[in-house]
Amino acid sequence: MSGAADLNRNRAVDWALMVYILLAYAFVFAPIAASFVFSFNSDRFPSLPLGEFSLEWYRAVANDPLVWQGARNTLLVGVAVGVISTVLGFGAAYTDYRYRFAGKQVYLALALLPPTIPVVILGLAMLAYLSRINLSGNALSVIISHVVVCAPFAMAIIRLRLSQMDPALEPAAWNLGASEWAAMRHVIIPFCAPAILGALFITMAVSFDEFAVAWFVSGLNETLPVKVLGFLQGQVSPRINAIGTFVFILSMKLVILAQLLLSGRSARVPEKE
Amino acid sequence: MTRDTLVSFEGVVKRFGAFVAVQKLDFEIKKGEFLAIMGSSGCGKTTTLRMLAGLEAPTEGVIRLAGKPINDLPTWCRDTPMVWQSLALFPFLNVRENVEFALKMRGVGKAERRRRAEHWLERMQIAEFAERNISQLSGGQRQRVALARSLVVEPEILLLDEPLSALDAALKVRMQSVLKNLQRETGITFVYVTHSQSEAFSMADRVVIMSRGKIEQIGTPQEIYRTPRTRFVADFLGSSNLFTGTVRKAGAGLELDSPVGRLRLAGGAEAGTSATITVLDTKTHLSVAPPAGNVNAVPVRVIGEEFVGATATVYLETAQGQEIRVQKGHDELADLPLGIGQPLFAWWMPEDAHLVAEG
Repeated sequence: MSGAADLNRNRAVDWALMVYILLAYAFVFAPIAASFVFSFNSDRFPSLPLGEFSLEWYRAVANDPLVWQGARNTLLVGVAVGVISTVLGFGAAYTDYRYRFAGKQVYLALALLPPTIPVVILGLAMLAYLSRINLSGNALSVIISHVVVCAPFAMAIIRLRLSQMDPALEPAAWNLGASEWAAMRHVIIPFCAPAILGALFITMAVSFDEFAVAWFVSGLNETLPVKVLGFLQGQVSPRINAIGTFVFILSMKLVILAQLLLSGRSARVPEKE
Repeated sequence: MTRDTLVSFEGVVKRFGAFVAVQKLDFEIKKGEFLAIMGSSGCGKTTTLRMLAGLEAPTEGVIRLAGKPINDLPTWCRDTPMVWQSLALFPFLNVRENVEFALKMRGVGKAERRRRAEHWLERMQIAEFAERNISQLSGGQRQRVALARSLVVEPEILLLDEPLSALDAALKVRMQSVLKNLQRETGITFVYVTHSQSEAFSMADRVVIMSRGKIEQIGTPQEIYRTPRTRFVADFLGSSNLFTGTVRKAGAGLELDSPVGRLRLAGGAEAGTSATITVLDTKTHLSVAPPAGNVNAVPVRVIGEEFVGATATVYLETAQGQEIRVQKGHDELADLPLGIGQPLFAWWMPEDAHLVAEG
């Protein structure tokens, strides 16, 4: 902190802001932290004081074939959704970057619309539509539905990256002998690489966590969040805490990885002289 | 078209919707010359360069490169590399990879690519930075990378779009001599777009001055400086005093009846017509007493003075309010009283004035 900045600061305001931030984070993360703590607690019901440290709920989860099946479905769906959404998102973002055409505003609005639709309505609509074309009730139907939700996120992330690109970069590649495909491969994709990987991880994380749409369309191929609801309806089991901790850590890892890629050194736009 | 013509623009027009960026361009670029295209922003100079590069298609007319029409050739099939105003270096590649890029796109093998890139890295004195990232280079070093990246394919022609505009003044002058020497040594035709008179005039063999999509004048820097062909060029260069009036007969010769008085003409005009003459500020002189002899003299008052290195520019005003500039070495001005409001006479020899076209 430089001298001038110190001179012009009010300590009381600094403290108040600090306390405010700590309280805000505590409010947001307390439930997750509680779930994390209770997942290692031997007691049957979440209550204080805590019982002994125990891995029994993790053991129970690990020995439950239904949980494994849910996890497998979640992973399969997540990876497929991440890849497909990112490819579609990249295409949409590049179209927006490269071309001017009539109705472009409509195209953009439609492309970014799905996340604004209430998930219950989207889920219901997906179920109605997919069952009509005999695609409901399996992993593919979850993948299709999740791509609809996730592709706009991928598009937004990659679009932001493209907007930071020197508009002369692609024509410069053409001018140096690169065909449009070669420029795509050697200039556009390398430039967007951090955003492409970021979009991949974020869309995977969104898919891992998504419950409502998956609940409508998954049928017997339930993903982990849907499975968790099943547990909750039957009984309150600390196993949920164990699963929650596991899913939270996995999602956070993806989000943090994406964040590092999107704000890291490699993504920084070279400043102008 | 002569044998040493490399590029010719034949009736080239470029329209963007209703906007005419370039209207009826007809000119030739000679093999091995350093041609500067100069004009203020929006005059069509960059559009002209981009059409030559293949980044814009002409609406009408033909562009020929080495005799062959290239209108329909996409930019990646032309050998017309360009140095961009933003330089457009690839930030995810290091210096060597940037320089090798064009060779890679042409399918040149790895060893050959490296050898040819090495040659240009050394020639541009950036070999020691070969493995560095672009973000670690200074402005001047980036400039050299951009040049090496374009020249590595050993083209017949190099296009430059205001490449020096981001540099500070001292570096700009140094890069000007680098560019000029490079052009002379390689014999590659340079087409250099700029809005800067000092860049164009210090480097180019010939200068094209454009305004509102049209060519105002083509010539060597000396020709354009000494005899601006149009009023626009004289105004744009800003180094001449202009007088407009009606031409009339006066004895054996001609006179210009202008608001500042009757001015003797050396000839070339027709009586009864309206005409504008220009006199270089360096050919305009000052004296305290009315000058004797067959000269044109205008009574003026000093309104200001400006120093630029070894010369000074004196700003004067006639009784009618027209501004006149005089540029002289400090020695020549030493004996003159130059206080604000000081009455003086501005004078010049009739043969130092030139008629210009209106426009």
